[in-house]
Amino acid sequence: MTGAPNPAEADVTSPESLPGPLHGLEVVELASEHAAWAGKLLADLGADVTLVEPPGGHATRSIGPFVDDEPGPERSLWWWHHHTSKNGVVLDLDTPAGVELLHRLVQRCDIVLEGEQPGSLAARGIDRDAIMAAAPALIWVSVSPFGQQGPRAQDPATDLTLMAGGGPVWNCGYDDHTLPPVRGLGGQAANVAGVHAATATLVAVVHRDSSGLGQHIDVNMHAGLNVTTELGSYEWLVARHTVQRQTGRHASVSPTGPTQLKAADGGYVTLGFPPRSARDYQALLDWLGELDLAEAFPDHVLLEMAVERGGVSIVELGQDPIVDEIWNAGRAAMAFIAAHVDARACFDGFQQRGVVCGIVNAPEEVMSDPHFVARGFPVPVEHADLGRTVTYPGAPIRFSRSPWRIGSRAPHVGEHQGEVLGPLDSAQTAQRGAPPGVSPDPPG
Amino acid sequence: MTATATAEGDRPAAALAGIRVCDLSGQLAGAGATRYLAAFGAEVIRVEDPTNKGGWDIIRGATPFVDDRRGVDLGGGFNNHNVGKWGVTLNLRTAEGKEMLAALIRTSDVVTENFAAGVFARMGFSYDVLCELRPDIIYVSNCGFGQTGPKRDYKTWGPIVQACSGLTFNSALAGHEPAGWGYSYMDHMGANYMALAVLAAIVHRNRTGEGQWVDISCTETGATLTGTDILDFGVNQRAPRRAGTVDSNRSAYPAMAPHGIYPAAGEDAWVAVACRDESDWAACRSVISEEWADAENFAHLEGRLAHQDELDRHLAGWTRGRDRFEVARLLLAAGVPAAAVAMPEDRIDHDQVTADWGLWPTVHHTLMGDVRVEGLPVHLSRTDWVVDRGAPCLGEHNAQIFGGRLGLTPDELADLAERGVL
Repeated sequence: MTGAPNPAEADVTSPESLPGPLHGLEVVELASEHAAWAGKLLADLGADVTLVEPPGGHATRSIGPFVDDEPGPERSLWWWHHHTSKNGVVLDLDTPAGVELLHRLVQRCDIVLEGEQPGSLAARGIDRDAIMAAAPALIWVSVSPFGQQGPRAQDPATDLTLMAGGGPVWNCGYDDHTLPPVRGLGGQAANVAGVHAATATLVAVVHRDSSGLGQHIDVNMHAGLNVTTELGSYEWLVARHTVQRQTGRHASVSPTGPTQLKAADGGYVTLGFPPRSARDYQALLDWLGELDLAEAFPDHVLLEMAVERGGVSIVELGQDPIVDEIWNAGRAAMAFIAAHVDARACFDGFQQRGVVCGIVNAPEEVMSDPHFVARGFPVPVEHADLGRTVTYPGAPIRFSRSPWRIGSRAPHVGEHQGEVLGPLDSAQTAQRGAPPGVSPDPPG
Repeated sequence: MTATATAEGDRPAAALAGIRVCDLSGQLAGAGATRYLAAFGAEVIRVEDPTNKGGWDIIRGATPFVDDRRGVDLGGGFNNHNVGKWGVTLNLRTAEGKEMLAALIRTSDVVTENFAAGVFARMGFSYDVLCELRPDIIYVSNCGFGQTGPKRDYKTWGPIVQACSGLTFNSALAGHEPAGWGYSYMDHMGANYMALAVLAAIVHRNRTGEGQWVDISCTETGATLTGTDILDFGVNQRAPRRAGTVDSNRSAYPAMAPHGIYPAAGEDAWVAVACRDESDWAACRSVISEEWADAENFAHLEGRLAHQDELDRHLAGWTRGRDRFEVARLLLAAGVPAAAVAMPEDRIDHDQVTADWGLWPTVHHTLMGDVRVEGLPVHLSRTDWVVDRGAPCLGEHNAQIFGGRLGLTPDELADLAERGVL
């Protein structure tokens, strides 16, 4: 077999030195919780993103955890993760001078990205329609919990309430329905909206390249979650069936067998579709033999029968009682092995024998997995201010000619004030804190 | 606003008109990406294997169904994931089938697939071959562990990707095993990132004339979605956690209490409540209007976090006898984030936001008739999406595509079909 070449090596020039696919696009992002992920996606793909914060820094700088567990505006790891590769400036949008500078900044850029409460910019004298009328090529992206219009546009929301109201929570939890359903961590409401915002932005860029015209993009977090639950949505759309949550596996209209197993070391593995080919059953027999567990596994003979008859097929299920027994024995053999080996050995052992299996990693365990290390997924980012090099999760998608990269750590409050705002009005803004609208420091 | 238009004249301009996608992808992690491109006007041609009736895509003939009919053209999920595409069949085990695929690729901007790593190259279509067919081709491959690395041959599906990436671990109640995600979240997100990859590569090509290969490992994509945790454990050198320690209905970051999912009146009925700050808690207290809420222990966030089990028991006592929608309505009216845990029927048939958005458009499928599907959570003011045509039946557009694009005559097509090439 000729293995696929590493896309990162497919080019003769050093890809690390090449600009990202969005190189040349200028983005002004108003700092927010909801649009930060979209901004990071664009920035790490090479767009020039200017992050605009209020004096003293945006409120999300107070979201923990913090480096060394010490709170501080430059120490929020949420901020670090969401704002790589961006430049930071401070504008006081509660003052006419700050609003005026934002207008100038926006008129020079390709894309405005904001996650403000609908209507709040207009209340501060920032009229999106007027700005877009004056700059017809501008693309303006708004991310909000329930869209820019409608009866719920002003409703308060958090990740938890969006995930509960938008569909995910109903699908997640345990077989025991006296336990509440579960919201998964990670800020997925904003992550879902973020990738949709970034993708729709590029649709608009492609259109602008051919037409010269920009447009407004309304991104709805609630709607995003609603179209992210697979069968949870289309069992109802198509057949008016309601799925029910189950432990560690798909919510389902009819109950399905457990797939998540506790391994010998207390870690968990998750199984794929049960074995059905003769090769699969032979692999189970071989491994049971290697572990000296062949005699201890009660349904050993069923696995041997499966090999002799050349495996089983799904259509035979329910038709031939012995096929059902073999099918169940395959699953039972996997569970039996899992109970006798550590989770990692179970995961690798099944996969290396061609049987589908996964391991339930804690997020922090991904970074030390030799596979992801070999692929260069953990990437070093310099934090010279702290005298540290910090390892970040790397590329979500890998481009062979225009690589994804973290260009820099997240910006400090007002870090790029002079270089970004200076060209707009060098006399007024080159010096930090000169006019009232641009001070990087909190008022008073 | 609705994005569903019936007459050509009502259609918004198509941003991706003229973009041709030769799509070998399937399931949801691949099909969901090209669905997105089709919704904005790209011409997506789905190429499937006639020898197993498109069975590589296990969703093709899978539940749900609109009626009692069954078969590879009747899967409701397949219809949902493949709206707006054209469908052709090619037997890529035959030389003629490979030649016809090569001819399609020569006239395509983009090739997409989500086979296991290396499979498409073994069929004879490595990136180098694709470049010979079309020098500026954009090739996007998507699989669980990516095209390189020691685990490239590991087989995955959504739940395996979620487990390996850390997402499953991060969805749990304290003292319990991981609950995980009750659906293939990473098939949806893998598809969304794959669409992003295609579009970023198109933007790059439009500026430079260069195509490229984009390699997506869905597990890596998933790991970026828990990135703050990864930074925390790396920077602060914490020991990796064990299962049973996560309580994901609570919020440590940002710190909030009360913050949880509480029982409501009725069977398996729940309501989510989140107090972001002291002002939310004061508003929540005034809605609850019970003595326990004024206890000194709960007066400040630190106390509420320190006594969160007790706080949650009290709050659950208040919510338990009340309708979940009524609890949410009362709290929202007071400015406190709250939401009934929505069942599918709630959010699809009785939700003003999704209805006004046009989130559930109806498409026409050749055999299934009119069926509701998922729309997109974005609206573009000039070039909005259109979702109105159902998924293709197996080989439904062979004559149209091979006749139009490749110039084959009906007789030639009949002969190819006869010989098992189509």
